[in-house]
Amino acid sequence: MAGAVFTPIAARPAPAATVGALGWVRANLLSSPINALLTLAALYFAWKVIPPSLDWLFFNATISGGTVAECKTAGEDGLIVDAPGACWTFVKVRFLQLMFGLYYSGNLDQVWRPVLMFALFVGLMIPLFVRSFRKKLLLGAFIVFGFPFVAYALVHGEWLGLPVADTDQWGGFMLTFFLASVGIVGALPLGILFALGRRSQMPVIRAFCIFYIEMWRAAPLITVLYMASNLLPLFFPSEVDFDKVARAMIGITLFQSAYTAEAIRGGLQALDRGQFEAADALGFGFWKKSGLVVLPQALKISIPGIVNSFIELFKDTTLVLIIGLFDLLNMAETASRSPEWKGYDLEAYVFTASVFFVFCFGMSKYSQALERKLHTGHAR
Amino acid sequence: MENGNTENTEKPAQNGGAPPQNGNGEMCMSLNAVNKWYGEFHVLRDINLEVCTGEKLVVCGPSGSGKSTLIRCINRLEEHQEGRISVNGIELNDDLKHIDEVRREVGMVFQHFNLFPHLTVLQNLTLAPIWVRKTPKNEAEEMAMHFLKRVKIPEQAAKYPGQLSGGQQQRVAIARSLCMKPKVMLFDEPTSALDPEMIKEVLDVMVELAREGMTMLCVTHEMGFARTVADRVIFMDEGQIVEENNPEDFFNNPQNDRTKLFLSQILSH
Ligand SMILES: Nc1ncnc2c1ncn2[C@@H]1O[C@H](COP(=O)(O)OP(=O)(O)OP(=O)(O)O)[C@@H](O)[C@H]1O
Ligand SMILES: [Mg+2]
Repeated sequence: MAGAVFTPIAARPAPAATVGALGWVRANLLSSPINALLTLAALYFAWKVIPPSLDWLFFNATISGGTVAECKTAGEDGLIVDAPGACWTFVKVRFLQLMFGLYYSGNLDQVWRPVLMFALFVGLMIPLFVRSFRKKLLLGAFIVFGFPFVAYALVHGEWLGLPVADTDQWGGFMLTFFLASVGIVGALPLGILFALGRRSQMPVIRAFCIFYIEMWRAAPLITVLYMASNLLPLFFPSEVDFDKVARAMIGITLFQSAYTAEAIRGGLQALDRGQFEAADALGFGFWKKSGLVVLPQALKISIPGIVNSFIELFKDTTLVLIIGLFDLLNMAETASRSPEWKGYDLEAYVFTASVFFVFCFGMSKYSQALERKLHTGHAR
Repeated sequence: MENGNTENTEKPAQNGGAPPQNGNGEMCMSLNAVNKWYGEFHVLRDINLEVCTGEKLVVCGPSGSGKSTLIRCINRLEEHQEGRISVNGIELNDDLKHIDEVRREVGMVFQHFNLFPHLTVLQNLTLAPIWVRKTPKNEAEEMAMHFLKRVKIPEQAAKYPGQLSGGQQQRVAIARSLCMKPKVMLFDEPTSALDPEMIKEVLDVMVELAREGMTMLCVTHEMGFARTVADRVIFMDEGQIVEENNPEDFFNNPQNDRTKLFLSQILSH
């Protein structure tokens, strides 16, 4: 479609006295005696905390070699003690275990499989961020509906005739990634349905949706996981050997769908009634009205809420340790408890935290970019 | 369509139903002894109304008298509880197919435009033709541009509604309804959310539409508009049609006391 592109007129520059580094410092840090005092206190605190942290993290840290000996030094009286900095050697040596779990760290000739899986994932994601790429929807649909099968085929191996890595051998970041992605991808459509259902005119559907949402919201994830792991098998014939990871995924997805539904319902409620009426008056049926008019707007409004619940989910996957799954955190903890690397749990936690930070921060930034991109100049 | 009238037939229409001056006499819409309640509140009382193809009706009356409710019943945005409403021979009842058919025949323009803010003007216009009427996309876009020209804003096609003035938005909304090729257009106070200088541009479009022979049912307090285009003016109060006449007699020689009071209030400023 050809046509003029709307370009807003740039705002006038601010008066000179309020701009520049000096202006900023004066306005924000030293505007009153109390503010100046707080600024000083904060500076002192930063001085006490940041340099030692940097020393520990980087300047005094060890990453060379492959044994625990690298991280030890001779103390004053000749005794062997821990070096003053972090021992990243430990993370380096156990990296494959932390990333892909025990099967792959024990079968180095197979490591290419999860590596290829992640590489494919990243490669498929990149075009989504390229402005000129036109088929984003199609690609997105493939990532959601097609890629899980590719990932499973690669990592499990049976479908491709590769050595089988059973799901109970999956672990580390890879397991965290699978649990969170399945939870996110599964919860979104379910959440949409339950959010629409909760606003339905039909009492039976509405009551069912309210019951569903409130039931999951009333239970902590930890109980849900525990029940998924212990109760779910009771509903199936005993010869169905229900996979532990699959059980966790089902539990997480259903749990998450309730939160997603509530976030979306918030968006639905923020929509003007006139939007529904205009769609009705034009003759859209329920599904077209929902898909073309209501949801695009409601989802946009609820992006912050939805992403917020996804970030929470991502972190909450660490709870699977209570049903005996080795996600990144559990794996890190286990590795730091091995006799060889005893005492390096801080390194394990810092590493785990930074991996989580990168992903959660990335999701948050992506959602902000999405909100900006979808903004079309109207107030809502 | 069976036409068996029920026990409601003996109730006469108010004023005997002034005969339509314009239109080819073909029945387009009929409301027969329509009643509606909001809970206990009796919002429409025994409404009888017949509209011929090509006729232009203006509905006025004090706030809360049920004008919006009346025209919203005609495309089932509100449900009536008693009586019958039929549009182009299709009776409005619980049959969802009938409701869909009626909505395809009837276009509606709202006080607050209700454009879809996430879509461009062009997409607003083509969405329903493409998805409801199954018009091919390029055809729908051609038609959209045609109607945008008719409401005199083809140059705004690529903008989003939030980037247009109120008057422009309302003209887009009119064009959006027209794209569905409706037989009847309903207007619910289309100019009352607009600044005075924008009212004219919207009324001009509506006058032109009237000249082209569209059947129109219009809730408005723009008395100048009513004088120019209306074939009949209907005055509602407390859910009833209390007066119904051609604009000349309606304004110059109102019969009902409530009409007189209303007209004196509305014309005094
Ligand atoms: N959903 C509803 N539930 C209950 N009462 C309603 C509802 N909608 C409207 N009403 C009431 O019905 C009456 C008629 O409303 P309606 O909107 O039809 O009036 P109107 O003539 O269009 O008034 P206005 O000129 O202010 O638009 C009003 O008293 C209103 O309070
Ligand atoms: Mg009204």
